[in-house]
Amino acid sequence: MEESSSRSTRSNEQRKEMKKVLEKTVKKRSKEEEEEQEQEEVQIFNFKCTKEEEETKEEEDLSDSEDSVFSGLEDSGSDSADDDEEEEGSDHKGPEKDDLKIEDEEEKRGTETEEKQDDEYKHDSSDEEDIRNTVGNIPMEWYKDFPHIGYNLDGKKIYKPIRNKDELDDFLDKMEDPDYWRTVHDKQTGSDIVLSDEQVALVNRLQRGQFGDVNFNEYQPQVEFFSQDVMLHPVTNRPADKRSFIPSLIEKEKVSKLVHAIKMGWIKPRRTEDDSRGRYYDLWANEDSSILAKHKMHLPAPKAPLPGHQESYNPPPEYLFTDEERALWEQQDASDRKLPFVPRKFSSLRQVPAFPRFLHERFERCLDLYLCPRQRKMRVNVNPEDLIPKLPKPKDLQPFPTTQSLVYRGHSGLVRSISVSPSGQWLASGSDDGTVRFWEVRSSRCMRTVQVGGAVKSIAWNPNPLVCLLAVARDSVVLILSPSLADRQVVLSTERLLSGQREAESTEEVGPVTWSDAEGEELSQGITLKIQHPKAVHQVTWHAKGDYLASVMPDHSSHLQVFIHQVSRRRSQNPFRKNKGLVQCVSFHPVRPYFFVGTQRSVRIYNLVKQEMTKKLQANSKWISSMAVHPGGDHVICGSYDCRLSWFDLDLSTKPYKMLRHHKKAVRSVAYHRLYPLFASASDDGSVIVCHGTVYSDLLQNPLIVPVKVLRGHVITHDLGVLDVTFHPTQPWIFSSGADATIRLFT
Amino acid sequence: MGGLQKKKYERGSVTNYITRNKARKKLQLSLPDFRRLCILKGIYPHEPKHKKKVNKGSTAPRTFYLLKDIRFLLHEPIVGKFRDYKVFVRKLKKAYGKTEWTAVERLKENKPAYKLDHIVKERYPSFIDALRDIDDALCMGFLFSTFARTGKCHVETIQLCRRLTVEWMNYVIASRSLRKVFISIKGIYYQAEVMGQLTTWLVPYQFSHDHPTDVDYRVMATFTELYTTLLGFINFRLYHSLNLLYPPKLDIKAESELKEEGDDDDYAMNSECYLEKLSALSTSLARVVSTAEDEEAQLDKFPVEEEDLEKMEAREMEQKQLEAHKKLFEGLKFFLNREVPRESLAFLIRCFGGEVSWDKSVCIGSAYEVTDETITHQIVDRPNIDKQYINRYYIQPQWVYDCVNAKILLPVEDYFLGVTLPPHLSPFVEEKEGDYVPPEKLKIMALQRGEKPAHEEEEEEEEEEEDDDEEEEEEDDEVEEKNLKKLEEQRSQGKSLSVKVTAGKVKVNNPARMEQDEKAEEKRLAIMMMKKKEKYLYDKIMFGKKRKIRETNKLTAKRKAHDDAEKSKKKTRK
Repeated sequence: MEESSSRSTRSNEQRKEMKKVLEKTVKKRSKEEEEEQEQEEVQIFNFKCTKEEEETKEEEDLSDSEDSVFSGLEDSGSDSADDDEEEEGSDHKGPEKDDLKIEDEEEKRGTETEEKQDDEYKHDSSDEEDIRNTVGNIPMEWYKDFPHIGYNLDGKKIYKPIRNKDELDDFLDKMEDPDYWRTVHDKQTGSDIVLSDEQVALVNRLQRGQFGDVNFNEYQPQVEFFSQDVMLHPVTNRPADKRSFIPSLIEKEKVSKLVHAIKMGWIKPRRTEDDSRGRYYDLWANEDSSILAKHKMHLPAPKAPLPGHQESYNPPPEYLFTDEERALWEQQDASDRKLPFVPRKFSSLRQVPAFPRFLHERFERCLDLYLCPRQRKMRVNVNPEDLIPKLPKPKDLQPFPTTQSLVYRGHSGLVRSISVSPSGQWLASGSDDGTVRFWEVRSSRCMRTVQVGGAVKSIAWNPNPLVCLLAVARDSVVLILSPSLADRQVVLSTERLLSGQREAESTEEVGPVTWSDAEGEELSQGITLKIQHPKAVHQVTWHAKGDYLASVMPDHSSHLQVFIHQVSRRRSQNPFRKNKGLVQCVSFHPVRPYFFVGTQRSVRIYNLVKQEMTKKLQANSKWISSMAVHPGGDHVICGSYDCRLSWFDLDLSTKPYKMLRHHKKAVRSVAYHRLYPLFASASDDGSVIVCHGTVYSDLLQNPLIVPVKVLRGHVITHDLGVLDVTFHPTQPWIFSSGADATIRLFT
Repeated sequence: MGGLQKKKYERGSVTNYITRNKARKKLQLSLPDFRRLCILKGIYPHEPKHKKKVNKGSTAPRTFYLLKDIRFLLHEPIVGKFRDYKVFVRKLKKAYGKTEWTAVERLKENKPAYKLDHIVKERYPSFIDALRDIDDALCMGFLFSTFARTGKCHVETIQLCRRLTVEWMNYVIASRSLRKVFISIKGIYYQAEVMGQLTTWLVPYQFSHDHPTDVDYRVMATFTELYTTLLGFINFRLYHSLNLLYPPKLDIKAESELKEEGDDDDYAMNSECYLEKLSALSTSLARVVSTAEDEEAQLDKFPVEEEDLEKMEAREMEQKQLEAHKKLFEGLKFFLNREVPRESLAFLIRCFGGEVSWDKSVCIGSAYEVTDETITHQIVDRPNIDKQYINRYYIQPQWVYDCVNAKILLPVEDYFLGVTLPPHLSPFVEEKEGDYVPPEKLKIMALQRGEKPAHEEEEEEEEEEEDDDEEEEEEDDEVEEKNLKKLEEQRSQGKSLSVKVTAGKVKVNNPARMEQDEKAEEKRLAIMMMKKKEKYLYDKIMFGKKRKIRETNKLTAKRKAHDDAEKSKKKTRK
């Protein structure tokens, strides 16, 4: 107690010193900064603490400061320590410092044990044991080197037993002593204790995990304080809090927020369960037609097509695919297929599987319904018979040639051109084999053959019935033949005409065309005159009077394309000064002084008297091949190489009144009949089409064109069919010459 | 030149059309919403007459809507609902993100929903309009009702579809309006005449679907949404037109009977039990006013003029036939084996007045057992059956379908067990002149006319005796062949102008043939004179005709080849 008091005084002194130091520093600081006192005090205090730690001069100080820290625990811990110290101090007086150290340690332990004693069931307290050795709960090794093992209650040393038991003793004990198994060595007292029966039983119970007390009932009925039952009285007698009867402000705030939200419509009251889905009523109870009016533009979707026999699960065998059809179906693109599925046959209903594309098809239908553009399309339900124009029956339009009656054979090359004598008795034909043949029409006999020495391009019989002359175009020469196939008077008049030419011969100027008489062999064959042209002549044609003759030499670059010759005066003239295109064919107007010039794409009509162009007809075709003028003179037909035949009505327009596309291939030749309202066209497809073309004298009535007969007979050779066609002057007969070297008569 | 310069594409047909994207922007809707709106409102694109003009000179492929249609959509209240839904989804997402579960719950409770009643009314202003457009609705309903209740769409939708289709079938039974039926490889087609409108629908076979990935179920679901609404209202109206209760109630008598049964076998949950009973199609429905059933509409006789008399008679005949058709199976008692499609057959038999039952374990509502002695027909789809009763026919299911289509009870011999069935023909094909008619159809038509099939048997016998009596067609062929031969002979005669002079044969000019030729030529010549435009059209029509003829010929040839092969097989077997 003395020591402790002295120590306390010492500590007091120290505290005083500390205060002094503090005051000094405070004073110093206060001098410097007086204004911010409070803040600085805190700072200073901190500073002081650090300083204290730094200053640790002695361990005592440190212990003292620790004391102050554990000040609350000082009293309880110090008692036992003091007792020990007393004993120690009395027994052996070691250096103070060491003692103090031990003290400190003791004190620390004391505080620790007290802390441990707080939960009392973890460690048994040492109070309950009978304490014979007072060293306490220390490791007994510490007394290993001492002769004693501790001190009894009176403070006397307890000495270790003189003789330790060795192994042998131990073994002997084990063998001999019946109580050996219940003997326990007490380390603190160093004596052996033999456990009593009760103690052994206790140990056994503890080992089994049972309670030490035999009488303790571990399964006592439990009294539950906090149960679901509402008790009559409170468990605790604590008075209710104030907050339990004052309304909560937080809740109030929350509620007011909700009320506001409801008022503002932010929170809607819970909706009543709406089971209107699937509840139906009479929707069309009152149908008003006002809505109907809105739907005028609506196109209802077409219904899905109904299935045919192919879709049956058991179709007739003919609807099943053959192997080729199946292969084709698989090859085809899905959009090209005629059927979207492969027909299949099942022998019974139970074998029919699910259709794999069912959902797809349904979905595609859905897509069609809302994605497909709809368009109202008027379906033309036309009876094809109604489309065919009502034409007068060909029977009523007779006569016209219907059957092939004669074939004139004899030529060896293709027959380019034919011409019938105005009397209708003779037929002249010019061929590529270099001959001109004269045929008797009715007997198909070849009366004469004239070798002209070159391919004959064109041949034309003089239309004047009083003379018997023939113009033949061979290369660049036009030959005038007098076949003398007529009665004497006609032959005489012909000779007279030719002799008249001789008289006029002297007046002829020297031009591009030279006239010359034939001599010798040629003369004996009937060739009387030769008209030499600068270029190859393609066509010759006579004026209706029979005195004038026109020849055509197609040439791109020259204006010398057409010549008009006057036979009686042996004169030639070139009517055109300019080249207006490649001339294909020319023709005289049958009554009036007009001249038709067919160029590649148009027909020009010139007035020969006034010497000017009166009209230009647009043929609407690529390349005119031939042209014929109606005997009335008001209508022209043009054949073209692009399979067309255009009919012009000169009074109507310069555009064709009608385009006829009857032929499959190029039209080579066209012809009018002189008396009957017939015209014909010959084409490379080997056919001659005879049409009935009535021309009315009434100007208001348009001509009626009716095809009446397709005549076939010519064989196509070298892609050429019929080359020329011409009508008989009086009969409704037609002659055609073809590339197969024949001439045919259709009657 | 004064005046303002005219701008291109500001007047004319351009102003009537709007492209899809522009329309979408105008409506301020996303593409799925726009699509849904178009589906619900029945707005479809239009094909402008001059596409390039409308497309402002471009030829790019674009879909155009009528501007009027889009303006009409602007006022649709459902558009607002779509927007609400968008907001709802956004809010819900937010609430989820913040894990505010109460908010989520509250939002979910207030999920915006819309009704389509007004749209149905608007799209189909009259009931008949709605009936006309019901085909697709029925197809869709039947399809959805076969879906498994797994994820592809809401279970409620499937249930609703099932309910509506069952109601529809019950109506068809009650009104006896079924006309035609066809088993195809896709499913079973039914055609009913409801209030004068022919309605066709397709029911898939009862297998689970393997749901393809390239099908947009949202589109299908939107359609179904509309269709269920439409179908419900139509059902309501139809039921009321027959004085039936809606939602349908079973007849009280039948109901009590069913209850007795229903109590002891726990077939389904109580909630579903009623629908199951309805879908069994075995009982008639309760009426609002119990009336005598045989209340047939007699055609009133009006004093008519003589010209109309024939028509009147024809109509009466037709009516009679129809009545007979409706009572096709009356007095017959069917029993369905478990392997046949129960719903389809029960529906069919009940539609035509027959009695039908099935095994108890197959479905609820079976009326009698197999052992019932009064059963006249048992429908079986297996090669043979062990225990057979003598007093009933064992037939394959196709018999029922064929009878319905033929409108008469066909001879059962062809449909017995293990017999190769005659082909099942589509009743929807109406052969015009020149079309190919399969011989089976001819046979059925002969039966309908009342001709006995004995003729056929004879023919068969003859065939067995290897007489070459063949059918009319073949005879025709022969005649033609003879003609051809004659012609050829004639030709060869013409050709055989050999050196030798042979005795001249008299050429018989067939005056009829001459005339024909003449006419043909006349026609040919007239065709030459056709105008270009008409010629084109004519050629097109003729091409189509020729193609048809070619197809017919091909089918005939195929059939003949098949028959010949069969015959030769028979012979070799002998």
